Amino acid sequence: MTMMLPDANGDMSRCTPGVHHPHAGTSYDGKMADLESPEVEWARRLLAGDAGAFTPFVESFQSKVFQYTWLMCAQREDAEEVAQDTLVKVFESFDQLRDPRLVKAWVFRIAKNYCLMKRRRSVFAPERELSLDELMPGPDSDGLALAGRVPDQAALPEAQMLQAELGHELHAALSELPESYRSVVLLRDVEELTTAEAAQVLDLSQDVVKQRLHRGRLALRKRLAGYLNNEGGKGV
Amino acid sequence: MKNSEPERPAHGPADASCVEVFERLSEYLDGELTPADCAHIEEHIRDCPPCVAFLESLRSCIRASHSLLAEHPASRPLPEDVCEKLKAAWQAALQRLGA
Repeated sequence: MTMMLPDANGDMSRCTPGVHHPHAGTSYDGKMADLESPEVEWARRLLAGDAGAFTPFVESFQSKVFQYTWLMCAQREDAEEVAQDTLVKVFESFDQLRDPRLVKAWVFRIAKNYCLMKRRRSVFAPERELSLDELMPGPDSDGLALAGRVPDQAALPEAQMLQAELGHELHAALSELPESYRSVVLLRDVEELTTAEAAQVLDLSQDVVKQRLHRGRLALRKRLAGYLNNEGGKGV
Repeated sequence: MKNSEPERPAHGPADASCVEVFERLSEYLDGELTPADCAHIEEHIRDCPPCVAFLESLRSCIRASHSLLAEHPASRPLPEDVCEKLKAAWQAALQRLGA
């Protein structure tokens, strides 16, 4: 399997208001990160025959693939089997990884395929489409006045409890997303793949990835807003 | 959309310019808009509290998704025979590469 570079445009003329995370080598800005992620470094060393990179590479991707599959399929046994099958395939075809910088997209592409085989139906055929109309807030709904009600993780006195509740609600909301949206949200917002990488993993255009990501995020926000509203007096 | 326009109608979901911004907020947050499109959105939200509120709520949800969903659940360690299989496959791949 030979992969193209995630973003051949290299367009640096984008604005970056951003939702950035402090993880090295990753960003939400849709561009290749300037800093090399640990996974890229391990892949580079493995291609050079460095056995010291084997264990961290395996442990990192076993965990990432397990999580991705677990959130996609909600079956622990399936997730562990897919993670294992993915790693076997990765190493069996490691000589086909032409560019270590592409390792995350390459591994997740393999994982996605095993996930599909496990589920025996395509993530490319969503059960339903999410329309912007249904995600647009109404004039009297939670709508446009929600800001500040989603808990800031660090600022609330009940932060731990709220975090647990919010995490539970997020998992529930994610599981209710159609698969095609769920996979995009997971790859972009959880695993921090770029738009280009997610497009390669899912065999979609970048425009479709952006559209599904936005609608998926809006659906999660809407679900979260309802939860917070129902909680009423918590003041979050 | 300047503050000097007192006759401006109320913003909100029925406002076409708000809908236009609403449709592109993820791209805005991801820094995937051109500078011109970015400036257009920023000009709008500078004077549109409902859109600012929605933008902040979306940003909070994205951050929550990352921080809460990215807490990797524990998976069982790979069995020793699987690890050996992976190493053997890696060595074979290196041989094919001529490393």
